[in-house]
Amino acid sequence: MSSTAVDTAQSRFLCLEEPHAHNGTLLGFWIYLMSDCFIFASLFACYAVLGTNTAGGPSAAQVLDLHGLAINTALLLVSSVTFGFAMLEMSRRRKGAVLAWLAVSGLLAAGFVTLEIREFLGMIAEGAGPGRSAFLSSFFTLVGTHGLHVSVGILWLIVLMVQVGKFGLSEANIRRLQCLSMFWHFLDLVWVGVFSFVYLSGVLR
Amino acid sequence: MLEPTTHPAARSFLFGRLTLDSLPFLQPDLEGRIVLVTFIAVCLGGLAILGLITKKRLWGYLWNEWFTSVDHKKLGIMYMILGTVMLLRGFADALMMRAQQAIAFGPNMGYLPPEHYDQIFTAHGSIMIFFVAMAYIVGLINYVMPLQIGSRDVAFPFLNNLSFWFTFWGAITFMVSLFVGSFSTAGWLGYPPVSELQQGPGVDYYIWGLQLSGVGTLLSGVNFVVTIIKMRAPGMTMMKMPVFTWTSLCTSGLIIATFPVLTATLFLLSLDRYIGTHFFTSDFGGNVMMYINLIWVWGHPEVYILILPIFGIYSEIVPTFSGKPLFGYSSMVYATCAIMILSYLVWLHHFFTMGSGADVNSFFSLTTMIISIPTGVKIFNWLFTMYRGRVQFTVPMLWTMGFLFTFTIGGMTGVMLSVAPADFLLHNSLFLIAHFHNVIIGGVVFGVFAGVNYWFPKAFGFKLDESWGRASFWFWQIGFWLAFGPLYIMGLMGVTRRLSHFDNPALQPYFIVAAVGAGLIALGIASFIIQIGVSILRRKQYAVGGDPWNGRTLEWATSSPPPAYNFAFVPNVHERDAWMDMKRHGYRRPLEGFNDIHMPSNTASGVIIGTLSFLCCFGLIWYIWWLAVASFVGVIVASIAHTFNYHRDYHIPKAEVDSFEHSGNWQDAAQGANA
Amino acid sequence: MSHSTSHEHASHGQEHGHGEHANHGSLRSYLTGFVLAAILTVIPFWLVMGHVFQSHWLTITIVLALAIVQILVHVIYFLHLDTRSEGGWNMLSFIFTMVLVVIVLGASIWVMYNENSLMMPMSQQANQGT
Repeated sequence: MSSTAVDTAQSRFLCLEEPHAHNGTLLGFWIYLMSDCFIFASLFACYAVLGTNTAGGPSAAQVLDLHGLAINTALLLVSSVTFGFAMLEMSRRRKGAVLAWLAVSGLLAAGFVTLEIREFLGMIAEGAGPGRSAFLSSFFTLVGTHGLHVSVGILWLIVLMVQVGKFGLSEANIRRLQCLSMFWHFLDLVWVGVFSFVYLSGVLR
Repeated sequence: MLEPTTHPAARSFLFGRLTLDSLPFLQPDLEGRIVLVTFIAVCLGGLAILGLITKKRLWGYLWNEWFTSVDHKKLGIMYMILGTVMLLRGFADALMMRAQQAIAFGPNMGYLPPEHYDQIFTAHGSIMIFFVAMAYIVGLINYVMPLQIGSRDVAFPFLNNLSFWFTFWGAITFMVSLFVGSFSTAGWLGYPPVSELQQGPGVDYYIWGLQLSGVGTLLSGVNFVVTIIKMRAPGMTMMKMPVFTWTSLCTSGLIIATFPVLTATLFLLSLDRYIGTHFFTSDFGGNVMMYINLIWVWGHPEVYILILPIFGIYSEIVPTFSGKPLFGYSSMVYATCAIMILSYLVWLHHFFTMGSGADVNSFFSLTTMIISIPTGVKIFNWLFTMYRGRVQFTVPMLWTMGFLFTFTIGGMTGVMLSVAPADFLLHNSLFLIAHFHNVIIGGVVFGVFAGVNYWFPKAFGFKLDESWGRASFWFWQIGFWLAFGPLYIMGLMGVTRRLSHFDNPALQPYFIVAAVGAGLIALGIASFIIQIGVSILRRKQYAVGGDPWNGRTLEWATSSPPPAYNFAFVPNVHERDAWMDMKRHGYRRPLEGFNDIHMPSNTASGVIIGTLSFLCCFGLIWYIWWLAVASFVGVIVASIAHTFNYHRDYHIPKAEVDSFEHSGNWQDAAQGANA
Repeated sequence: MSHSTSHEHASHGQEHGHGEHANHGSLRSYLTGFVLAAILTVIPFWLVMGHVFQSHWLTITIVLALAIVQILVHVIYFLHLDTRSEGGWNMLSFIFTMVLVVIVLGASIWVMYNENSLMMPMSQQANQGT
């Protein structure tokens, strides 16, 4: 085959039709989430090492409120499921229903962030702020970083709702919804680590 | 910082901590004068360059063709230029340290006060790693990897541009500290408590410069992984990828797994500095050692991030100039993957002396010894590739031989340091300094020069001058051993690092030899610059076609320099060493039948977001809160605005492809047959 | 596998682009995930708030084990991770990440507790004393 006409080699070695391009956005976003795991891993490691260093200040059992935590956990878990419903509506191409479920998910997450801010402010008012001890530094930073992620998620959700409303469920917007969906579920997943390790185990250490 | 005297509230609102006293070149002492001379030189040089650009009306060209470009080849070249400029800065620091240590004995305190000396070694270390080595690595991967896999660009071209601007502004943050305020004195990794207690902007410059470049590097890592996974030419299975692409994949994997740890650690350090948390303080339950633990979780994989793609470069150069396929391709791939995982299991060997028990130290001592095994496998693979090959001693090959010799010795001193009891004697000594310069210069720097000499003809269409290349190599090789041989000896005698003055005059001859070595390396760098200048002047004489070295991989299948779209037709891969396979089958490139080609458009968003991020960091460094808040809001607004742009691509019409394919620089590529 | 489907989708215009990652889950998978996650959340809360076990360390171990199970539930039912999506690269990168995260967490804790016990006996006492 190699010794025959030159264009045999060409058709063997070249794609004479432009090949279908693979979009890498979803994989790329997944890999970004994997890198985010390492940010949280570092913060969890700090909490694991510093979480009992109360320096004479309040301990986890004294300042952490498990009832508030239960409400927050429920809010985040339900918002994860409602976001899933938005994605189901998206595959049925029902724009209105997508926007409605997105709004519900966003409101639940906003409730989560509000409760978390109230918890933080309450702790700071009691003199249990992040500067009180290494335990509180690592607590505020880990939980706050998660809360910051959720807040970014809410901002992103609002922008995306505008874009879906304006430009419809286009290919690009569907991809963005899929990315935000991964982000949303990922934050719920990190929260499982936070409530189990920081709160529930924290009060027992 | 002195308190301002007039309208203190207004002034501190407008300028934060920034006052006229923060400008070191206005100080009347010797240090101030050194900085003043540098400042004037930089200003004059900068004005001259800006004037020239304006006079030649190049601003539009630079903006349209380079700054806003999303072409991986142009970004790669910009990274290489950034790396070279920062190499000059970092090396100037090295020369100053060598000069100080050569004269500062007994009554002579040298010309650098300790405070300034400390800033210099801190800047030298962090610049060389983050803005020289990393810039070179990312630049080479950017330029070569998409060509090697037969792709038109990277997976996320805009992110690639953004990454570059983050890295660029990180470098600028470091440079600004020369003239506005001062730099950190806490060493290249900013250990607390020094980095916590030190007042003033120095450590903040360090933190924010690294945060900017760290985000850029992380985005590049994600980008490269997705590019390699998703955009390989049809038929190029994983085990048919060129080794450089493999090592780029593993390095990017490590970047994704480690740079977030660096970001988090520096973030915690900045929380300690800005809002008074207690992560790494010595009181209120903080733990200084946690910083050291976390920073090395990043720090050790980082040296493999640097060296793995360099191993890939040698794995391309050795087969090309031995005229044989690479010996042990699979073992090379498995060794690279093994190093990738193992590099995550050795970090504690940087602090054996910090007081872990024998069990912890033994574990990390063993893993450190184990990681030298896959590295040894690679060395033997290169040697066996050369064995019975027709080895051509070109400049890239010369650097490779220098690497094999130098790096192997550096690796062995590393195994010495991995023995925990020995490390108790050698920790923080000049032996350690000699060791890591031995692997980073002998490995990374030599590899970058090998790669630049190897791929320069591809990027610009003409070869680099041979004799200046050889001169550069020999100056570096001899200079390296003169500069670091004495450090090995003094390290074994117990001399510690980071000292700006010595009492024992018996050490002076060693330091003078080391200074002479640094001088030779300076000549090596000068030869490299001259090599590029001479080659540009003789570019007609040195012009080459698409495949000047009889290469084996796909980057040699296209013109030199390649067109924006890289390949008129996407290659279809059947074997490893795809281009060699094509040449063997008598492939000739087609001259008709082209299609329209779909390409990403340029965008200004990267420049805008990068610049605003720098302003935000500058505001944070000087406590200019309005600037920090305003530019942070700006970053968010610009990012959101960017997402409203749905039209990010265009088609190159087939007529344009046709015209390039008839006019491009091909020569030997078109001939095809076995040269 | 997923390549052939993506080419079919390409002709449908709008659907093209997510053919390679078409798994959005179903109502059933979201509800299964929700019920499992709810159960796996309620148990640890009950264990801790109801003081079910005397031993704190037993409780912590169970809570953390349930957390790992729940994380897997989220990954499977909400993030739809399987060995097929993106040609297996999603799964591979997830496993790679989890291995290294375990190394970072485990080794950091091991190293730091080791050092604390050897180097900082004073601070241990100080913490207990206050």
